[in-house]
Amino acid sequence: MTHDEKLIQRLAEKAKIIRRDAVEMIWAGELGWIGGSFSQADIIAALMFHQMKHDPKNPDWEDRDRLIVSKAHCCETVYAALGESGYFSKELYKSYGKMGATLQAHTERIVPGIEYSGGSLGQGLSFALGEALAARIDAQKDSSGHPIPRYRVYCIIGDGESNEGQIWEAVMAALHYKVDNLVAILDHNKFQSSGTVEERMNMMPWVDKWKAFNWDTVEIDGHDFEAILTALENADKVKGKPHIIIAHTTKCKGVPSFEHKNLHFCKLSDEMYAEALEALK
Amino acid sequence: MKRNYVLEPLGEMKAMYQAYHEEIVELSRKNGEIVLLYGDFPRGAAGELFQKEHPDRIYDVGIAEANLITTAAGLAGGGYLPFTHCHSIFAVGRAYNQIRQNVAFDKLNVKIVLCNSGMLWPFMGGSHQIIEEIAAMRVIPNLVLVSPSDPASTKKVTRAIAEHVGPVALRISNPAVPTVYRDDFPFELGKAVTLIDGGDAAIISTGMVLADALEATDMLAKEGIKVRLLDMHTIKPIDAEAITKAARETGAIVTVEDSSIIGGLGGAVAEIVAENAPVPMKRVGIKDRFGQSGTIPELKEEYELTARHIAQAVRESVKKK
Ligand SMILES: Cc1ncc(C[n+]2csc(CCOP(=O)(O)OP(=O)(O)O)c2C)c(N)n1
Repeated sequence: MTHDEKLIQRLAEKAKIIRRDAVEMIWAGELGWIGGSFSQADIIAALMFHQMKHDPKNPDWEDRDRLIVSKAHCCETVYAALGESGYFSKELYKSYGKMGATLQAHTERIVPGIEYSGGSLGQGLSFALGEALAARIDAQKDSSGHPIPRYRVYCIIGDGESNEGQIWEAVMAALHYKVDNLVAILDHNKFQSSGTVEERMNMMPWVDKWKAFNWDTVEIDGHDFEAILTALENADKVKGKPHIIIAHTTKCKGVPSFEHKNLHFCKLSDEMYAEALEALK
Repeated sequence: MKRNYVLEPLGEMKAMYQAYHEEIVELSRKNGEIVLLYGDFPRGAAGELFQKEHPDRIYDVGIAEANLITTAAGLAGGGYLPFTHCHSIFAVGRAYNQIRQNVAFDKLNVKIVLCNSGMLWPFMGGSHQIIEEIAAMRVIPNLVLVSPSDPASTKKVTRAIAEHVGPVALRISNPAVPTVYRDDFPFELGKAVTLIDGGDAAIISTGMVLADALEATDMLAKEGIKVRLLDMHTIKPIDAEAITKAARETGAIVTVEDSSIIGGLGGAVAEIVAENAPVPMKRVGIKDRFGQSGTIPELKEEYELTARHIAQAVRESVKKK
């Protein structure tokens, strides 16, 4: 254990809150992506409530760290983390996915704290690459003349989403430009929309693919805060290449009876809603 | 007003995607060349049946629409009859050049099923609701573009495009829609269906908004406005003869679509009307805006696609005669 027990406890509590608030959103919207939203929740909590420098009072602060959730259908835990941080009132949760709502069914850049309007999978890593490059232009230089990036960019991608060729185009370019202020996190929950990743499009071996592209590659348990924090901190230390954290996760993590099922996009029944809130008490 | 081929009252509610798949399963029992390709996309019960019956003729290439379209082109090159399935926004939006270059350019016999097409897709929001597919697809040479309006016409269209040799894009909307047509209605690719034969104005409709257009004709009939109603199920090649005739004989045209009027059906009809028989026109459809989350009734209201809006457009165009 290298991290303070209290910090880990605080993050676990935050993760529970954002899962619970996401359930409220999905209940109100009568639809949502509970599976992928929950598998990434611990990573989001570690980023937003500890690792990233950001300011809810000043969402447009130029030097803020960026979070790009490329699999933008998993918006509910992202919105919940922003609401919990104070970017906007939690009142907005009630209109999630409804006509005229600020919180639309996929993340949109007009929402305070959201960097990226997603929905079309496979594109977020390229956007993150652009943001990471922007942090180096006009930045101060270190003693050897390398730019000191003004901010870091974190990008969450899906394993199903990794089918898209554009992901690998971004992977190639990020290495080519040695973009070391870019940290991609693969939410490896083993499911995509219509089945398991293995049966739908088997991309094994994952780790070797990223290593072959020469990214700084680590594999962790994406629900272990100690491991998440360590991986994020190590990414700050490795220079000259982009970073990939392959996070093994469980789709719908947090509600035991929902886990290991492909609750990808669904409506919560009365029983499911009650069960989810009970599990997240 | 007398209605041709129309069920009264309207029939069973069904998703067009389901009707399409049921027909494909039927066709595949006689046509061994049919191959189905998906992009991490649900198949429904009928698609699962196809999987059982022809396990060697069904593929899912994952979330990779560019690869989906060009692989299908290759299968057509190998002598098969591939049908591709993914969200319309990602076929048109993520694989435009693959459709243009790998399918249409070489007239390959690929059928691109544009699933969840148009604005009327609830909840998902603007990233998923495609407004530009008609404009984007109809500008591509060699490509036939069809847009059925209900489960019954979806079946007829599916059969017709399987028989047609050459590239086709097929619009399939998301929600369950009422069955408008009787089973025996005559269907020919490229020939609009005249559902009502009025002389005061003509509504030309495409896709699932046909039921709303029908409702509008009832409202107008009560006011003594006799409307001709055409279902333009084939957007390309468009039935220029029926459009010109409607313009000449009624003197006022209103188009209806769940798609952008810029380059959409509205644009296509306006091109014909302006060249052949200029008359006042109104275009009901998406007016240069992106979509958003909402229910189907809310979206129809917000984007002015209800029967009420269609009827008002007809009144305005009649006034300008
Ligand atoms: C380009 C594109 N194709 C298809 C879709 C439809 N879609 C939405 S989510 C999804 C599955 C995503 O799987 P994954 O990346 O593993 O996300 P997770 O399981 O974490 O939800 C698909 C196919 C899309 N949004 N974008």
